[in-house]
Amino acid sequence: MNKFFWFFILLFVTGLIACSKEEMIMPFRAFEKPATFPEPSYRMSSNPITKDGFELGRKLFYERMLSSNNTISCGSCHIPTAAFTHHGHSVSHGINDLLGTRNSPPIMNLAWSTSFMWDGGIGDLDLQALAPITSHVEMDETVENVIQKLRNSSVYPALFQKAYGSSEISTTRFLKSISQFMLMCVSSNSRYDSVQRNPNSIFLNESEERGYTIFKAKCNSCHTEPLFTDQSFRNNGLNPSVRNDKGRYLVTLNPTDEYRFKVPSLRNLKYTAPYMHDGRFFTLDAVLSHYTSEVSQTPNLDPLLQSGTVLGIPLNNNEKADLLDFLETLNDRSFVTDSRFFEQ
Amino acid sequence: MKRLIFSSILFSLVLSSCKKEDVPDYNTNVKGPLSVEFDNVVGTTDLQLVTGNYTNASGESFKVTKLKYYVSNFSFTRLDGTIYTVPQDESYFLINEADASTHEAEFDLPEGEYKSVSFTLGVDSIRSTMDISMRTGVLDPTLDGGDMYWGWNSGYIFFKYEGTSPVSAMGDYLYHIGGFGGYSSATLNNIKKISLDLTARGTPKVKSGKLTNIHLFADLLKVFDGPSTVSIATHPMVMFDAYSATIANNYVRLFTHDHTEN
Repeated sequence: MNKFFWFFILLFVTGLIACSKEEMIMPFRAFEKPATFPEPSYRMSSNPITKDGFELGRKLFYERMLSSNNTISCGSCHIPTAAFTHHGHSVSHGINDLLGTRNSPPIMNLAWSTSFMWDGGIGDLDLQALAPITSHVEMDETVENVIQKLRNSSVYPALFQKAYGSSEISTTRFLKSISQFMLMCVSSNSRYDSVQRNPNSIFLNESEERGYTIFKAKCNSCHTEPLFTDQSFRNNGLNPSVRNDKGRYLVTLNPTDEYRFKVPSLRNLKYTAPYMHDGRFFTLDAVLSHYTSEVSQTPNLDPLLQSGTVLGIPLNNNEKADLLDFLETLNDRSFVTDSRFFEQ
Repeated sequence: MKRLIFSSILFSLVLSSCKKEDVPDYNTNVKGPLSVEFDNVVGTTDLQLVTGNYTNASGESFKVTKLKYYVSNFSFTRLDGTIYTVPQDESYFLINEADASTHEAEFDLPEGEYKSVSFTLGVDSIRSTMDISMRTGVLDPTLDGGDMYWGWNSGYIFFKYEGTSPVSAMGDYLYHIGGFGGYSSATLNNIKKISLDLTARGTPKVKSGKLTNIHLFADLLKVFDGPSTVSIATHPMVMFDAYSATIANNYVRLFTHDHTEN
């Protein structure tokens, strides 16, 4: 009883603060490394994040002039309420409704990413925007043209002036502004995170606790805490589709990389369906069924998915249910509802 | 009095210039201008974009519509064997056949006589992975509409060679050669180091106040006819793919020193 009382008081106070926040001019919350996260991989000192830089980056992120016919922005396929994925789309439709070949990945915790895209073809966050802008099925534009359009616009020179002290719009400033926005998209407020920050709390129920134990035994070696990816490239035994996407091989040409894709984070799965590099699974049940009974022996199948002649990860139905309960604790509602990340 | 001073200055100038002609008097603390000219040719003829019709050793006729390549990291060796390395920030050039203003790489070199030049065909891996703010000018990945950069697989296209040929099933051939070795795991490395002797066809004598020019030929036939024979019919399109190494191993012999203008 007492506990409930305090809980409601806390809720009430939180509500009050939230209300008053909206009335006030929100102070800029700078990039902060969550206490339980490692040091960022991105060279933070090469691109100091400022309020004006972040806001410019946000505007660019939702800027349709980035595409050749001014219809598609980054936000078209990376929707903030879907943890910046294209929720419900196996693959995305870009310019003129042309289809891509891979599932739009979330934009979250990229400061800790060592490579980008499903195949890791991009080695630096600052270079990431070049790919969708120039892709013929995404934005089909040149960055040169984009920068020209920004220079000719009535708003951008002033915004660059604000962010960088002069109105010059250079490739570096353009790309680094978008990086600033993406770097700020940190998701670290799931229930799992609360538990990590306060191990004495009782936020996990019994089923979630059991799921966590299963996770640590059977998933954590690839989907490593706290980012829930070890950033490696692995073949998880998906049957190649007609397209026969060979994944990381395309960027390394190394036969041992055939059919390997980047291990995705397990954070925010609630918002990021469908799953896998080609979005073939619409539900987490389908994903777990894949791991328990549908793993195929394809070239470079990850050794962790085979023991002797047995393929996949053994899980009974109770274990699956517990695991799904645990995965639920990795959803960060505050991240997908954070208005700082929305188009303004 | 004034006239006397003027005359004596004139006299000493004449004297010193005479001296220059006879015995070069180099001051390595003083720099002089040197240009390296990249003259693109096909065999024994000057390259004519679009209009020129050429034939490789396999008997395949072809035309050239585009030729662009990066040359970088220049160093020059003096007769005494000491090496002058051009400061890296000033050592990247994009040669574009369609733009005559790009055909010469220009340097300021310590005075002296040089016996060889070395450079890289392509962009070294360190620069290829440097912060974007360190890659401006010809190294801007968005240059010419991003024509010399792979956005999907971060890296410069070192050598871009395109044209038409009746032996190609698709009517044209496209060679986009790059690969600096990879950001995180090893992959294609088509960075080629070129060293050219300059003694046989005239050593450059660099001196302040005069322009010295090293005239190189880049013979496109070498792309097809080298250690390996590259056939347009068999390989009309080579981009980021293992076969690009074969082409790069051919084009490492692209350059020859034709002459020096002192």
